[in-house]
Amino acid sequence: MVKNMTQEGIIELNVNGEVRKALVRPADTLLFALRERLGLTGAKPGCENGDCGACTVLVDGWPIKSCLMLAVEAVGHAVETIEGLDNAPIQKEFVEKFAFQCGYCTPGFIMNAQGLINIHPDANDAMINEWLQSNICRCTSYQEINEAVKEALKQASPKMVSPPS
Amino acid sequence: MMPFDFEYHHPLTIQEAVTTFARLDMSGKTPKYYGGGTELISMARMNNLSFGSVVDIKDVPECKVLQLDNENLTLGSALTLTQIHENNTFPLLSQSGARVADHTIQNKITLGGNLCGTIIYKETLLPLLLTDSELVLADPSGMRTVKIGDVYRERIELNPFEFIVQVKIPAKYLGVPYFHLKRTKQDKITYPLVTVCALQADNQIRLAFSGLCHFPFRSKEMEKVVNDKSMPMDARIDWAVNCIPTETLDDIEGSFSFRQFVVKIMLYDIINSLGAS
Repeated sequence: MVKNMTQEGIIELNVNGEVRKALVRPADTLLFALRERLGLTGAKPGCENGDCGACTVLVDGWPIKSCLMLAVEAVGHAVETIEGLDNAPIQKEFVEKFAFQCGYCTPGFIMNAQGLINIHPDANDAMINEWLQSNICRCTSYQEINEAVKEALKQASPKMVSPPS
Repeated sequence: MMPFDFEYHHPLTIQEAVTTFARLDMSGKTPKYYGGGTELISMARMNNLSFGSVVDIKDVPECKVLQLDNENLTLGSALTLTQIHENNTFPLLSQSGARVADHTIQNKITLGGNLCGTIIYKETLLPLLLTDSELVLADPSGMRTVKIGDVYRERIELNPFEFIVQVKIPAKYLGVPYFHLKRTKQDKITYPLVTVCALQADNQIRLAFSGLCHFPFRSKEMEKVVNDKSMPMDARIDWAVNCIPTETLDDIEGSFSFRQFVVKIMLYDIINSLGAS
């Protein structure tokens, strides 16, 4: 937890289970820090306005649009990016169901879906739709994405995740 | 990338928060209280808002309280809309919050931020107006508890350096029959054409709207008409629409007349759902 940050400085971020140091301004977003300081380019800059969901990562297990979170806010929290997933069922199902075309939105969709799978492994259709509406796919692969999430949910087991803080 | 620099301050007590804010203000560092930060970040990035510092209150323990006792449901202002929705002690507030932005952003938007932001819709305000909820406020001189109706005049009017610590919702309203409907022009996730919250208390329907005018409101005049069972339902609804307290919005989301048409249909649904028919 950072007490105060009045100018550019080094912060420690827990990303994908590793403690990483990043030189950031207090005004830098988590998305900027991940991509430009840590070289983790899986989270994509899209609208950078919280609309498209391409930059979605998990923070303490919950999907967060990293363009709308300051990097300094993430200190003391566990950040998980697409690079932190290791052949997770949701990744396999995206391939199996052809749930992407250009792929730009895919990391954001997968991280959002991974959050859903962790938190609500028993999610019904309404909940799946509600969660997936946070992300936009310009190639309109929505049906295939929905099918991939449902298949991955069949393989899910509950994981304890506290509400976002 | 954020086009300007600002300082980040992270108090852990109410006293520290208000004194930090006052000190930053007096030293010309134009502070903003910071909860989820979604509106501040998005507006700052577009250069629609500038500030020299933020005071992040989300780790002040009183701002994280979620507690129910015999009198009130107390919600800290830094609770996210998702936390309120997942807890679901007050379903009308849960549903209102669950239609603000999208699900992922609800993991970041806080109750206090939605109430105090510059976006006009503030949909979580509607259940609080209907339940005569109280706000616990803090500034450098101390704390005060006020009825929300006493400080809400088109926006929540706070003293300099003041912020919302908690919202207290009377427990007697948590389980009463309610109605929530958000109508949008097209997409599910967008600003409302009209959002209505209604509940039934003491055998009377209470009504609050967002998106209908340039500020959210509860209208006791509309409630009085809607609850007047001496009149036929059609006449009550026509008259209630005439009691909308100010000019109905007329913009690209919907014309003046279409919004009023939508409100009429909503009123039919509310009366049929909650009684008073």
